[in-house]
Amino acid sequence: MAIRMTKPWQPLDRTIIVALPGQLGVYELANATGQTVAIGFAGGRSLFGLRSELLAIADSPPHDATQYRCEINMQYQTRYRELLMLHVADHGALPLHNRDNPPINLGRLRPL
Amino acid sequence: MNFEPTEQQKLIVEQIRRFVREEIVPLEDKLDPDASEIPPEDFSRLSGKVKDMGFWGLDIPVEYGGPGIDLVTRTLIAIEMSQHRAGLYVPCYGVFGTMGLAQLFEATEDQKERYLKPVLRGEKRGFFGLTEPSGGSDPARAIQTRAVRDGDDWIINGSKIFISGADKAQFGLIFARTDPDKGRGGVTCFIVDTDMPGFHVRRVVHTLRSSNYATELQLEDLRIPQANVLGEVNRGFAIANDRLTRQRIPYAAACIGVAIRAQAMAIEYAKQRETFGAPLATRQLIQSMIIDNELDIRTSRWMTLDAAHKAERGEPFRMEAGMAKLLATEAGGRVVDRSMQVHGGIGMTKDLPLERWYREMRIRRVGEGPNEVQRLIIARDLLGGSFK
Repeated sequence: MAIRMTKPWQPLDRTIIVALPGQLGVYELANATGQTVAIGFAGGRSLFGLRSELLAIADSPPHDATQYRCEINMQYQTRYRELLMLHVADHGALPLHNRDNPPINLGRLRPL
Repeated sequence: MNFEPTEQQKLIVEQIRRFVREEIVPLEDKLDPDASEIPPEDFSRLSGKVKDMGFWGLDIPVEYGGPGIDLVTRTLIAIEMSQHRAGLYVPCYGVFGTMGLAQLFEATEDQKERYLKPVLRGEKRGFFGLTEPSGGSDPARAIQTRAVRDGDDWIINGSKIFISGADKAQFGLIFARTDPDKGRGGVTCFIVDTDMPGFHVRRVVHTLRSSNYATELQLEDLRIPQANVLGEVNRGFAIANDRLTRQRIPYAAACIGVAIRAQAMAIEYAKQRETFGAPLATRQLIQSMIIDNELDIRTSRWMTLDAAHKAERGEPFRMEAGMAKLLATEAGGRVVDRSMQVHGGIGMTKDLPLERWYREMRIRRVGEGPNEVQRLIIARDLLGGSFK
């Protein structure tokens, strides 16, 4: 089972994001070189799910993010933590943006 | 049998109820509906209040600094502590202190120094590693993880699944087969440090409980010293079994607490919501659901308190604990389901806690021993002796 997010990156462009469904899920942001700079989720309190979350981000992208990819997922809390742990396992640290506000009690994964 | 709480128990229940309603529920209005943790500053503030109230470390024996609460009172507290959105799996977000691993109270002095005391001081976390991909309902036979003696050490190989908290823990209890020919008499419990070479948390296991995950572990040539055997070699199943039986009582109590809250919501909504010119509460079909809810709540509450009283008196309580777990988990699921039905569309949304309880309550029929296994235990006790 692929546990890393492997979808192609999309430009962080409002005209593309408005077509996203208003569903809950997780997303990753990357800079122009493809480095993941943020991992986040659209949770149960978001107004229009992934669409409104990413539209807000497109207005002021963190850490020069220019690309995004997302996944509709009702288990957004556990998937979000899984993606963060995978990032730490692969790169040794949280994405830049998540370091500013690290999640409480993040665990450790040693994936195959 | 008189299950009327004593005056002291009533005072404690009232104190906990007020704490949940005034401190926990308002906090949840700001959290994600699937949150399982609160911000550190809130945790620190609320756990401080709990310490002032004298309830920190509810499950810690008096001799280790706990408040010395008997199982009946503990059951009444568990019913109150779960009456909020995250209450089924994270009662009060852990501000009453972690439950820890009760098995460590039976550890050697050296093990207590290395593991139990740091847990009580909040410096270490542990996990309980029993279930394997080969099965969890019959751990005595399903355990395939092997531990082989190598001089003064043991070498462990195998895997575990549905293990909560292993990715955050500094150590855990791992049950492994040390004698392949002896069934339940061939299982040993080991205390395993999670920073040892060969210990791997391979993946997150996503379930209906979307606020909180389980993990899958792989153990590869994990070397454990003899000093880390908990209890006796080949006597590990007794350690696991004792924990599973006792745990069924607070496990049932948490389901009752959620059911009580769901019922209160259904009643309130039925009184205020009007259809065809009259409140829902005047409709016999709605009344019937509310009556069935109350029957489910009261029968499971009495059954659970009966198990707690028996355990407290030192009488055999395995059958009663199984009945309480079976009844409360199934009744709790029905109550939440009916309460959602009373609410109609709004009951299905994340605006209300019902949808989270509905998902999490489903797991309760499988967790801590599936209900079919509880029936097996009850039948065995009723019919006398074991049978195949």
